[in-house]
Amino acid sequence: MFGIQTQLFEAQDVRFGPIDHETHPEIESRWTHDEEFTRLMELKPVRPLSPAMVKKQYETIEKDMDEQKNLFYFTILARDEDRLIGKALIEWVDWSSGNGFIRIGIGEPEFRSKGYGSQALGLLLRYAFGELNLYRVTAVMPAYNEGALRLFQKFGFVEEVRRRKAMHRDGEFWDIVSFGLLNAEWRKSDWAQG
Amino acid sequence: MKSLYRGSLVRLASVQPDLLAKSLLKWDRDSEAQRLGDFMPVQLQSEKKIKEYLEKREENNTSYRFSILTLAGDVFIGFTSLWVNDWNLGEAWLGIFIGERDYWGKGYGTDAMRLIVQYGFMELNLRRISLGLHAFNERALKSYLKVGFRVEGRERGVFLRDGVRYDDLVMGLLREEWLEIQNETNTGNASKP
Repeated sequence: MFGIQTQLFEAQDVRFGPIDHETHPEIESRWTHDEEFTRLMELKPVRPLSPAMVKKQYETIEKDMDEQKNLFYFTILARDEDRLIGKALIEWVDWSSGNGFIRIGIGEPEFRSKGYGSQALGLLLRYAFGELNLYRVTAVMPAYNEGALRLFQKFGFVEEVRRRKAMHRDGEFWDIVSFGLLNAEWRKSDWAQG
Repeated sequence: MKSLYRGSLVRLASVQPDLLAKSLLKWDRDSEAQRLGDFMPVQLQSEKKIKEYLEKREENNTSYRFSILTLAGDVFIGFTSLWVNDWNLGEAWLGIFIGERDYWGKGYGTDAMRLIVQYGFMELNLRRISLGLHAFNERALKSYLKVGFRVEGRERGVFLRDGVRYDDLVMGLLREEWLEIQNETNTGNASKP
C-alpha cells in the first residue's frame, strides 16, 4: 500500500518535476513541430510554437495554478539524466463534486510506447486520488488515439461517453471518447498496491 | 426560409444585460432551478457582477446567447446559448434555462430548443451540437429527446449534492440527423390536406 513514506513524484524510470523556464521552452517548441504528437494531445487546431510562445504558455499555466487552484501540472522527466520527455496534468478540477480531467503526453519520440507513459499515468493517478482526494477522474481523447485508449483501459478506465463524429481531421470524422475512473475502482486495482 | 427567431410559442431575442441581470437576480433565488441547470456550485451574485459578466460575454464570437420571450404577452421567461469551443470541430455546446416556473413543462423550453438548434445548424453551419445534463433532470431529458438529441454517454457519479452522487448525461445531435427530422416533419405536413 502507498503511504506517507512512498514518494509521490518518483517511479522506476520517470519522475515528475516542475517547469524549468530556462531549458524546457526549447524542447517543447520542438515537440509542437511534430504534428503527430500534437494531434494526439490537442483537440484545438495545432500549430508550431516558438520557444518564446511556449515560455508564455508556461507563465499562464503557473498563473492559473496559483490563482484558479484547479490545475496541477507536472513535467515528466526520464530519471537517468533528468531529461524532459513529456507532461502530465490534472485540469478543470471541480472541488465540490471531486472530478478532474487528466491529460498525459510523451513528447520525445524515442520514449514513446516503452512504458514511460504508463509509469507517468501511475504517478498522476496516485496524485489525483491519494493527494487531491478526487472522487473520480475523466480522460477525453479522439478515437484515433489508439495508444491512449489502450493505456487508459489498462488502468481500468471505463468508456463513459462517445461524442459521435465530433473530431474532424484530414477530411475524416472520428468519435471523441471520454473515459472515467473512480477513486474506489483505482484503490481496488493492482495499480494502487504500491 | 423558415423564421430564424420565431417558433410556435416563443421567440428568440437579443440579450439586454441590464434586463437579464434583473431577472437573474430573481431567478437565482430559486436554488432548485439553478441546480437543475448548473454544473458548478450555485451562488448568489450581485446585479452589477452579473451585468459585467454578460457584457463581457457579448463581445466575443464564441458564445451566442438569446433571450426567450413568449409570443403571447412578450414575457421574458429565460435564455439559451450556444458556445463554440473550437471552430475547427464545427461543434457547439448548448445551454438553456427557463427561470419562470409557470412556463415549465408546457413546451416553451422545447420550442426555444428547436429555434436555437436551427440557428446552430442553419446560421452557424455547425456539424453537431452537444449538451450535458444531470441524469435526474427528467423534464430536460424528455425535451431534448423530442428535439432529436441522442444520449451519447453517462458520467458516473460526477455530480455530488446534499450528500448524494448523481450521473450526468451527454447528448449529441448531428447535422444530418437534424436535417432528416426536418425532412420528415415537412413531408408529414405536406401529406395532410
